[in-house]
Amino acid sequence: MRSSIVAPRLSLTQKIVQTKIIGKALIALVALAVLYLLAVNAIKNPTVFLQQLVNGLQLGFVYALIALGYTMVYGIVRLINFAHGDVFMVGAFISFYAISRFQLHDWVAKLSPGMSPFVARAIGSITVILLSMTLCALLAFVIERVAYKPLRDAPRISALITAIGVSFFLEYFGALKFVFSPNFTPYKRPFDVVTWTLGRQGFGKLVEGEGVPEGNIIFSNIFVIIVLTSIFLLLLLQYIVTKTRVGKAMRATAYDKPTARLMGINIDSIISITFGIGAAWAGAAGMLYATAFPQVFFWMGIIPGLKAFVAAVLGGIGSIPGAFVGALIMGQAETLSAGYISTPMRDAIAFSILIIVLLIRPTGIFGEPSREKA
Amino acid sequence: MSNQTISTSQNDFILQVSGLSKLFGGLKAVNNFDLTLKSHSLTGLIGPNGAGKTTVFNMITGIYAPTAGEIIFQGQNIVGLEPHEINQMGIARTFQNIRLFPNLTVLDNVRIAYHPHAGYSMADAILHNRHFLEKEKALTEQAQEFLAVFGLEDRQGEIAKNLPYGEQRRLEIARALAAEPQLLLLDEPAAGMNPAETVELMDLIHFIRERFNLTILLIEHQMRVVMGICETITVMDFGEVIARGTPREIQSDPRVIEAYLGPGASALSEKFRRKKTQ
Amino acid sequence: MKNIDKSTLYFIGGSVLIFLIVQILVSVGILSTFWYTILRIGAVMAIVSLGLNLIYGFNGQFSLGQWGFYALGAYSAGDVTYRWTQLQSSGGLTILLLGVIMAGIAILLIRRLVNKLRGLDALSAFGLYLIGVILLAYLAVVVGGALENPVNSILKALPPEVSKQIVFVVAVLLGGLFAAEISFLFGLPVLTLGSDYFGIATLGFTVIVKVLLDNSDTMLGFAEMKGARGMIGIPKMTTWFWVFFFLVLVVIVTRNILHSSYGRAIVSVREDEIAAKAMGIDVANFKTITFVIGSFFAGLAGGLYAHINGFLHPDTFNFIKSFDPMIIVVFGGLGSVTGTVAASFAWALVLEGFLRLVLPEGFETWRFVVYPLLLLIMMLLKPNGLFGNYEMPFLRQVLPPLRKKTQSNENATDEEVLA
Repeated sequence: MRSSIVAPRLSLTQKIVQTKIIGKALIALVALAVLYLLAVNAIKNPTVFLQQLVNGLQLGFVYALIALGYTMVYGIVRLINFAHGDVFMVGAFISFYAISRFQLHDWVAKLSPGMSPFVARAIGSITVILLSMTLCALLAFVIERVAYKPLRDAPRISALITAIGVSFFLEYFGALKFVFSPNFTPYKRPFDVVTWTLGRQGFGKLVEGEGVPEGNIIFSNIFVIIVLTSIFLLLLLQYIVTKTRVGKAMRATAYDKPTARLMGINIDSIISITFGIGAAWAGAAGMLYATAFPQVFFWMGIIPGLKAFVAAVLGGIGSIPGAFVGALIMGQAETLSAGYISTPMRDAIAFSILIIVLLIRPTGIFGEPSREKA
Repeated sequence: MSNQTISTSQNDFILQVSGLSKLFGGLKAVNNFDLTLKSHSLTGLIGPNGAGKTTVFNMITGIYAPTAGEIIFQGQNIVGLEPHEINQMGIARTFQNIRLFPNLTVLDNVRIAYHPHAGYSMADAILHNRHFLEKEKALTEQAQEFLAVFGLEDRQGEIAKNLPYGEQRRLEIARALAAEPQLLLLDEPAAGMNPAETVELMDLIHFIRERFNLTILLIEHQMRVVMGICETITVMDFGEVIARGTPREIQSDPRVIEAYLGPGASALSEKFRRKKTQ
Repeated sequence: MKNIDKSTLYFIGGSVLIFLIVQILVSVGILSTFWYTILRIGAVMAIVSLGLNLIYGFNGQFSLGQWGFYALGAYSAGDVTYRWTQLQSSGGLTILLLGVIMAGIAILLIRRLVNKLRGLDALSAFGLYLIGVILLAYLAVVVGGALENPVNSILKALPPEVSKQIVFVVAVLLGGLFAAEISFLFGLPVLTLGSDYFGIATLGFTVIVKVLLDNSDTMLGFAEMKGARGMIGIPKMTTWFWVFFFLVLVVIVTRNILHSSYGRAIVSVREDEIAAKAMGIDVANFKTITFVIGSFFAGLAGGLYAHINGFLHPDTFNFIKSFDPMIIVVFGGLGSVTGTVAASFAWALVLEGFLRLVLPEGFETWRFVVYPLLLLIMMLLKPNGLFGNYEMPFLRQVLPPLRKKTQSNENATDEEVLA
């Protein structure tokens, strides 16, 4: 036997055990199959493949904004905040009402008609997104105070159950006729969509009514806005967490609550702030998501919320860069599996990826390995 | 590698640890640690905080896998075995910060340790048949007998976490012994005890060693306990063995004093001792 | 059997009494079909939740996969009886029966191999099991197909009502066993994950099962399951007798496990994994055993559920609904069998019953607005559940009497120790 020559002291079975070869082969097999599938399709039609990547990126950035809320809240109170996806939904509805009912996106244009329409719209849209963020943060404050804070010393599962309760409440309260209505509602974008094409011939503007030129990928101003807003908010969050006093207090609270309290940190307000920031980011995501997929619905938070949650776990729950990377992976996984495997299977594929990653890295990509203390 | 019996099986050595090392990332928690325990001996393992004593315990009991080294228990290398297998081979332990099953009764805490000797199958349990009832009764009586030895008989129905501290310690030792070990590892059994309780504990350790014919290895910070009951002592610092010997030898070893009190301390203490003897 | 204690008598007597009262009320017609269905749903929920309580309440494994196993049991059992009553074919029965047996044999054989390969990692073991189970399950499909006709003729020789009942009971049991075997395979690698991560992976299992059921006709090739349109035509055979019978059985089995050394070992894993390991408990093994038993109960309940309305829809097995058993278990009190059963019936009666009746017309949608509010209030008032640790006498662990203090010399040594 060759194996006995290479390592005379190990028998074949011992080698199988020590190298964990069967498990690794299993995972390698799955990974190879996926890579093969992607490679074949990428070679067959590179344009479509690139287009999928662009679409996935857009989705991934929205998921990232939601995932940050999950990861921050989990990091600080170890609670899977199931209501977070519904805060995202509320954010989308707030922007919907602000635009459709109150024309808030137009306020600059109305006050000073002389201003360039682009700037006026930009300021108007930013106002809407800020309103969405603020109201979502307020909602999260209230939720935290009413539903989670009284249970802080109770078993962890109690808070989880109330989180599910809050989630149900937001959904079904929203489904009432006089609230958000139980129907799909078309969403009016605060600005017009402009689509560009990009290909060998270079960069161009897609004229409405014309087809996409062969070999070109398209992307819209929505894509640009989503990517820029997400990156900005991510960097802002990173700055808040690492550089400011509040951020330091957050990290201290996440690390060790009793000690943080002894250091004079007001745990309650820090936890509230964490919930608020997470919700604000979700509110922004809600508006961006509704702009990209112009429809609002009281259940719209469930699937993006779930995906973002998976993303946060995939990246290592509690880690901000992890949530971001996980969300980008989720975005790609969703568009690629919808494009090349099967659209109805995409939720299953998202979770399959999660389970496989967890089996390789039990605490996610950026998660710190947990060391059991004896 | 695992089931190799050592040809030079020295019957009087129950445990032989050699070249044991453990790396945590880049940190050498334990480095090239050696230890041999004679049957029926009582050995102390001491050293400053963070010296790697508990890590040694965790490796002997299989909770951590060593980076390198061998642990031979009764002629068999136990490296790579699961903790429960090592326990069933005859090594039991207690923990530095008591780890009882907090919400279970005192009786159940002990009965769990008897599980490997339960003697009935799950099917017997589900059918609730006579075999089950007989074995369960025998097991329970054995556990009660055990509690009686430790003076916890009347406490059998108490929830473990509600016991006073000293009794929790005692229960933990009782639970470890219920697994019928030959080697008992005690991790700081006297931690948090007042002087009276400590004396009681020392008596208990002596008593169980005789009664259950045990070999005992104990980690302890209270020098009174270590010097009072251990026959030999091994001293660790920064993951390595720095001294070995009888309590008397250890007390005067300059390396030990240095490890505990810092460099230069040994000269100081030498001076101090001379002054005292003069 | 001579010395049955009082609590057992009360339990059995009480069970028979409850069964008879409901049965008589239904037979006489006092209890409408509406409430009859709700009672049966309550019993089914009690079985699912008891399984989850075993996994989460007693073993401490935060599983959200219970609903997925419930779905597997429902669809597999439903398919077997559907084929028998609608297609006059026992093919579903024979294939599933053989599949379950063969996969079981594969698991047992490979388990011996894995035990020999000391220290094999969970993922590799999973790979081995997977290969073995797939091979033998394939064999079962072939052999089971061949067995169809002989079994057909045997069953047809019996009176139709009898053969129907036999197929039904076997189908329900097979649904449970099928779920149990899948849970073994799935649990093997996933149970190595830490608490919350395990919960999320099992949530993933529920989502994956639901998606597969959505595509059962196109991707899995079961045309009769009709994918996302829902499966119809399953015979309505789950009577109050059957649900109640299985519920009592599950309660007794749970109780007998918990009151044994195995039960204590299961609970020790929840209490402190490391201490359990150090006390000689094979923690990984007990996690698997508990997960498999709990999933068996889920599959069993699923099989019963499928035959209540005769209609299955993938939306019933939506991941959002998968929180229901978790809510019930927490409500009843983690680690309380009594509480779980009570909470299941309460849940069914309130949510499916009263809230539907109490809310005026046009306000049906308010049901799910009121429900979470009730949930919130209950959690805030009783964070440890309705029953906490309470158990009814039959389910309570009885402390053995203190030993008679006869051995005086031993007492002497006690005092020595204490001195």
